[in-house]
Amino acid sequence: GGQKGEGGNLAQVQHVVLILSGKGGVGKSTLTTELALALRHAGKKVGILDVDLCGPSIPRMLSVGKPEVHQCDSGWVPVYTDAQKSLALMSIGFLLEDPDEAVVWRGPKKTALIGQFVSDVAWGELDVLLVDTPPGTSDEHLAVLENLKKQHKVDGAILITTPQAVSTGDVRREITFCKKTGLRILGIVENMSGFVCPHCSVSTPICMDTHTHHLCLLQTGLQLVLD
Amino acid sequence: MADIPSDAPQHCPGTASEQAGKTSACQGCPNQNLCSSGATKAPDPAIEEIAEKMLTVKHKILVLSGKGGVGKSTFSAHLAHALASDATKEVALLDVDICGPSIPRIMGLEGEQVAGLSLCLSPRYVEDNLAVMSIGFLLSSPDDAVIWRGPKKNGMIKQFLRDVDWGELDYLIVDTPPGTSDEHLSIVQYLSSARIDGAVIITTPQEVSLQDVRKEIRFCQKVQLPIIGVVENMSGFVCPKCKVNLPPTTGGAERMCEEMNLTLLGRVPLDPRIGKSCDEGKSFLSEVPDSPAAAAYHSIVQSIQAYCLSHVTREESAG
Repeated sequence: GGQKGEGGNLAQVQHVVLILSGKGGVGKSTLTTELALALRHAGKKVGILDVDLCGPSIPRMLSVGKPEVHQCDSGWVPVYTDAQKSLALMSIGFLLEDPDEAVVWRGPKKTALIGQFVSDVAWGELDVLLVDTPPGTSDEHLAVLENLKKQHKVDGAILITTPQAVSTGDVRREITFCKKTGLRILGIVENMSGFVCPHCSVSTPICMDTHTHHLCLLQTGLQLVLD
Repeated sequence: MADIPSDAPQHCPGTASEQAGKTSACQGCPNQNLCSSGATKAPDPAIEEIAEKMLTVKHKILVLSGKGGVGKSTFSAHLAHALASDATKEVALLDVDICGPSIPRIMGLEGEQVAGLSLCLSPRYVEDNLAVMSIGFLLSSPDDAVIWRGPKKNGMIKQFLRDVDWGELDYLIVDTPPGTSDEHLSIVQYLSSARIDGAVIITTPQEVSLQDVRKEIRFCQKVQLPIIGVVENMSGFVCPKCKVNLPPTTGGAERMCEEMNLTLLGRVPLDPRIGKSCDEGKSFLSEVPDSPAAAAYHSIVQSIQAYCLSHVTREESAG
């Protein structure tokens, strides 16, 4: 694929972190959004690349309605959430005419678009690019990883789970995916550990047991790259 | 020709793909000319083979959602348990979530793997009348990742439908992964000559789920898959301390069903005991039979059965 400008569109991106889970619905997009906002609050320039082509959640989570995606000399201009351009986004959600339109694509077509998302978005200067992914270990994950590696640009992955064994079961497979593809695991987050009532603030467990410790035993020597 | 021939390059788009013979990966492949001529896009003979196989399956139900984590597998498993509670009915549950197969654990069949990648496609039995098939049974370890691209996943689904000895079934329930991609296209394509009764769509009340589910509904309309109805899972959480119930912000599944002219089959409340049952591989319907969630499940299952039976009656009177 073509690399635009000096060193390509990721040349001025300091860190790239994937948000993964084997399991759907554990909060990858939610956590990606919260992490991006927290990093921005800490003064970092952040980008989110949403490679969930069938179920893109990032546009809604950041309340970005239906902006147009423009082209520039280096490729696609990301969608910024504010005038200061502190948070840059790219998602297929911005490219669909009708938000309810289904993207019914087989693997090769998804792979091709993700290749473009990685190399043809003019991210500019970013401290961190977070990559939100769909559940699984398939085309999207292989495509984004292969394309990032071509530009030598992936610090590692954060894995998300919920306490249930049904979730950790899938995340164990995601750990294997990371090992097989040489993707460093920066850490594991257990989401939905409890439900905090917005009225009375009491936390009630919504899962009766946690299996996350089994995952952590599979990983040793984790170290956060980001400050 | 196989969907991915043995001499195909690594990024082969699949011989039946629109891109067959035309992608950069196709350069140098011995099959390139054949693929680009369109000859490989002739109907897959497996479709007729599967139709033949499915003649002994009375009702086929797909469980779909655009969104992950809304409870498709949980629902599929409990639909299977509920239907099989009638000992005169033969029920089977097919799990086509190739990357994240949850069904073995939820059905209490985890650990039924055989050493090495097994070619044995015999279903496992939870009860005498309840059979289950999942790629989970073919993996040698629960940590094994299935890192397959679309075409290889499609091949596995074809095998599940064509090569598993399902026998005579009253109900075949197909649990799917989230999305609208290879697995969904394949299951619809391979069953295209065998009548699918319809799809049950699972959602939760949140808009972030509904927006994906609307896409799934569009997918069903695109491929002309009838929709039996929608189930709203994790419908409401009542704080045990202050008893406040939080309503959905955009009208939940009820409003979506009104807007899209679909049947709301029912709402299942968020009950932590459901997740526990699933983790332990037990049927929630047996573990906590008197709960509001169990009552909701039973009502939904009855509606699905009524739909399937009325479907057959309409066909018989028409044909």
